[in-house]
Amino acid sequence: MKLLSVFVLTINFFFFFFAYFVQVLFFGFGWLFFMRQLFKDYEVRQYVVQVVFSVTFAFSCTMFELIIFEILGALSSTSRYFHWKLNLYVILLVLIFVVPFYIGYFVVSNIRLLQRQKLLFACMVWFTFMYFFWKLGDPFPILSPKHGILSIEQLISRVGVIGVTLMALLSGFGAVNCPYTYMSYFLRNVTDSDILALERRLLQTMDMIVSKKKRIAMTRRQMYQRGEDQNKQTGFWGMIKSVTSTQTGSENLSLIQQEVDALEELSRQLFLETVDLQATKERIEYSKTFQGKYFNFLGYFFSIYCVWKIFMVKFWSQHISFILVGIIIVTSIRGLLITLTKFFYAISSSKSSNVIVLVLAQIMGMYFVSSVLLMRMSMPLEYRSIVTEVLGELQFNFYHRWFDVIFLVSALSSILFLYLAHKQAPEKHMAI
Amino acid sequence: MASLDRVKVLVLGDSGVGKSSLVHLICQNQVFGNPSWTVGCSVDVRVQDYKEGTPEEKTFYIELWDIGGSVGSASSIKSTRAVFYNSVNGIILVHDLTNKKSSQNLYRWSMEALNKDSSPTGVIVSNGDYDREQFVENAVPLLLIGTKFDQIPENKRSEVLTRTAFLSEDFNAEEINLMTGFTDRKRFNFKSLHYD
Repeated sequence: MKLLSVFVLTINFFFFFFAYFVQVLFFGFGWLFFMRQLFKDYEVRQYVVQVVFSVTFAFSCTMFELIIFEILGALSSTSRYFHWKLNLYVILLVLIFVVPFYIGYFVVSNIRLLQRQKLLFACMVWFTFMYFFWKLGDPFPILSPKHGILSIEQLISRVGVIGVTLMALLSGFGAVNCPYTYMSYFLRNVTDSDILALERRLLQTMDMIVSKKKRIAMTRRQMYQRGEDQNKQTGFWGMIKSVTSTQTGSENLSLIQQEVDALEELSRQLFLETVDLQATKERIEYSKTFQGKYFNFLGYFFSIYCVWKIFMVKFWSQHISFILVGIIIVTSIRGLLITLTKFFYAISSSKSSNVIVLVLAQIMGMYFVSSVLLMRMSMPLEYRSIVTEVLGELQFNFYHRWFDVIFLVSALSSILFLYLAHKQAPEKHMAI
Repeated sequence: MASLDRVKVLVLGDSGVGKSSLVHLICQNQVFGNPSWTVGCSVDVRVQDYKEGTPEEKTFYIELWDIGGSVGSASSIKSTRAVFYNSVNGIILVHDLTNKKSSQNLYRWSMEALNKDSSPTGVIVSNGDYDREQFVENAVPLLLIGTKFDQIPENKRSEVLTRTAFLSEDFNAEEINLMTGFTDRKRFNFKSLHYD
């Protein structure tokens, strides 16, 4: 008997260490991701941003780790409960106090007028955020009335609403976009000669712009030189001559300038179209490789799965869905990170990079918290109790209904949007 | 006008370092009041009297091709950009003195522009490693321009200047450092550049 208890104790010890070790690993991964991916073109001047991002990532991932532990039955249930609570408090602290405050601080730092009293304005921004955050609870039936004002359920419920909305929007779009991107059925046929023809047009347009600008530059120079000569001309007729010749000169100039503006707009469009064709050509080449074929098959599979999900959300089999929980965790973390990276590249500049990373950290944290909320439904019954215990008595059904609604809306709008975009594209090429 | 020879100069550098402002300043002798992101390529022209005042005076059109984007752009963007790199007479590399990464990225920019014969996916044979040998044999003259010098605090200025001096030595290039928000009308002197 003693030997068995010692054995159990060792195993628990092992899991204990493992848990913390993994948490450190998560932190390290978040740090590396920040440095190598997000901030690879920028200089990190404020290390606090990197730390905050990595901490948010680490504690978010730890929640998933705890779910797995729950299912494996690792550690005693009291210590699991303790870790859950601890993790939750830290995450809420970060998401509601730390990150919004720093976002406000860095936004204020970028605005020159408010430089003097940075801290004061940052606090003001944070209080505004808290006000709207609190108000968020009013239109939604997320709490039962027996909860007090300062309970943890108040905070979680609001974070949950925001996170669930985000998740549903992203999932809806992803469910439609993923098959569209990878399935070869949708790939337009692009040949090398199409691309070459477009490139030739682009270069021709650039040459036209250059020759017109040369004319403008030369005319300006001649006008300037003539102006200098004419300044030496005196007398009445001299003045009249100088006025009329410069007038026709500047009229010509403004005409040419208008043509140049139109040509520049055309060159931009041609550039973007060429990029689009190149990207499509690369996707076609990719689809011929093994990886590409594999993803194509997955695309068909997922499109069927997504259609099924759109229309038959209630029919979850408890235990099959648990396996899916694992897959969903991994793919949604990966998908989220990739989406965040793309978004970051598209909109950041050296001034706003700090703010944007913090906003991404906020979104990521809220996303992960609400994943836990929603995952409760997919978990087998016996494991739901811990989530319910830890998160308090929230109206979980509301979140599921809300997710379904937003998911449907997002998926349908994405279908409409992609349909319009797809229809427009072949017509553009016909015009060549 | 056909008698004036054509000189094509690329202006390369990361997003936001000030390439468009610089080109506008050189060609229009005016401060660019409203910079926005350059999509694709924007060209401007300057009429330059080479060796002014001497008997060999010749008037050139200098075309400045300001290419937008970043080194980390998608390969489809890189392949499209590559069409602009043909028959180039000179390259101006612009970096932001307040951002070290923009200076480091210049190596990749110059490799991209000079190795335009590489495969369409933008894979450079030397694995993107900087090879000084290539720049020694390079026939295309390079000019290194650092911007936003006035945004660096006083005490760090000499450190920054040393760093850029090393950089320009690596490229075997000439070097100029500029201020932001040029409020004076500056007339640019390209007499230091020698075109064959």
